[in-house]
Amino acid sequence: MNHSISLTVNGARRDFVLDDPRVTLLDLLRERLHLTGTKKGCDRGQCGACTILVDGKRINSCLALAISHDGADILTIEGVARGDQLHPVQAAFIAHDGFQCGFCTPGQIMSAIGMMQEAQAGNDPERIRECMSGNLCRCGAYAGIVDAVLEAQAGMDETNQRRSA
Amino acid sequence: MKPFDYVRPATVTEAVAAAAQPGAVYLAAGTNLLDLMKGGVSRPDRLVDVAHLDGLDAIETLADGSLRIGALVSNADLAHDAEFARAYPAVAEALLSGASAQLRNAATVGGNLLQRTRCGYFYDTASRCNKREAGSGCDARDGENRSHAVLGWSESCIATHPSDFCVPLVALDAVVEIEGRNGRREIALDALHCLPGNTPERDSALEPGDLIVAVRLPPAARGFATHARYLKVRERTSYAFAVVSAAAALRIENGKIAEARLALGGVAAKPWRARAAEDVLKGVAPTADAFQEAAWRALTDAKPSGDNAFKIELARRIVVRALTLAAAGTPARIPALPASPFASTSGAIHA
Repeated sequence: MNHSISLTVNGARRDFVLDDPRVTLLDLLRERLHLTGTKKGCDRGQCGACTILVDGKRINSCLALAISHDGADILTIEGVARGDQLHPVQAAFIAHDGFQCGFCTPGQIMSAIGMMQEAQAGNDPERIRECMSGNLCRCGAYAGIVDAVLEAQAGMDETNQRRSA
Repeated sequence: MKPFDYVRPATVTEAVAAAAQPGAVYLAAGTNLLDLMKGGVSRPDRLVDVAHLDGLDAIETLADGSLRIGALVSNADLAHDAEFARAYPAVAEALLSGASAQLRNAATVGGNLLQRTRCGYFYDTASRCNKREAGSGCDARDGENRSHAVLGWSESCIATHPSDFCVPLVALDAVVEIEGRNGRREIALDALHCLPGNTPERDSALEPGDLIVAVRLPPAARGFATHARYLKVRERTSYAFAVVSAAAALRIENGKIAEARLALGGVAAKPWRARAAEDVLKGVAPTADAFQEAAWRALTDAKPSGDNAFKIELARRIVVRALTLAAAGTPARIPALPASPFASTSGAIHA
């Protein structure tokens, strides 16, 4: 039986017909939309490489059935820059060497963006490590990742202060 | 993953009817179920998607002072609800000590209660497992079993229940509201999960079609807000299941313990309420000696199921530490590393 769903992906509405309900959001993004920035690492919710934002919240797209997310608003790594202007978290990852091989990086960045929106970590490195623990980096670039998130968080705080001033 | 039919019922009644059919299971967020299905551990014929049912995602205070948590409230939304965290701090801390932020954003209250064991032999379909396949045997008995149960286990099964959330909930006398084929009923959370006995394939007291619609904390649960902690020892400080955990909650009046609540996690096939330990604390001063006595009472019946005798002594020490921290008072903020005995900042006073 076919199921029709529609999603908003990086701001654009996308309609799909699913002939099999087993398709995850991860596989839909990669194989139907060719948005391969979202990575399939473990495919079991343990590594975080598949992290995307769904309705503003970071989740593991490998453990989400597409069919159950009809109408959802999805943001992937391909949707965070504005043209050539990198998202502040992307720029901070480059500035602080927040990666080596780069495989986990899209998930790390999406997770960091989600975490900053959750506003639970602030500028406490220990909180950032705790709140980013769902993203593994096998190259071990964690020190750079934490520094990058701290800088991005500081930049966001400054922007917010300017806005409220 | 085995193919399955997908249905999305419009009402709870429709959901119960659809899920009562053989081979049908409920899907909420799917964070545990999809993992099990990908591994061939769970092979349902039909998924009944309840994630979009109306009216199951509210956190509400009832007229009698109870708190009713809808089964579809996410773990993250509940833990970050400021009023909830103030009234039930050990429950919020337990939630934040579980899984990862991504999983907590998706995973639901009802799903957390019904998550399956993380016993490696249950997950490995090449191994014998009485829980996965009744009567097939238990490879954990002679296998890697240092993380397995020390209380309530049987020769058939030594698996543990992995939830953190359930541990303080069972300590606080949480009640589970269930919609079934014969209408609404409720049971104590303490009666939801089954000990293995000779039927480890049965995790819970739920019947086919039964749907958890809410979890309720009774009015008395608020009385422990100022002296409540959850403490969890893990192989790593974040994003790991408990080796042993404990929820301790005290009501202290005039320097004496008016009432104590204690439950353990990671030690049995269910969140383990330690009533004998609670009884010895009633009416006494919150001293180290009293907490030691309580810890001994809590583990009186414990015995190793394999290479895990260390968990018994570890559990005693975690009980003492959790009670000591609870007596010292709930910290104003949940520590940076929730439930960690190694927390280095803000609030956690070391025993």
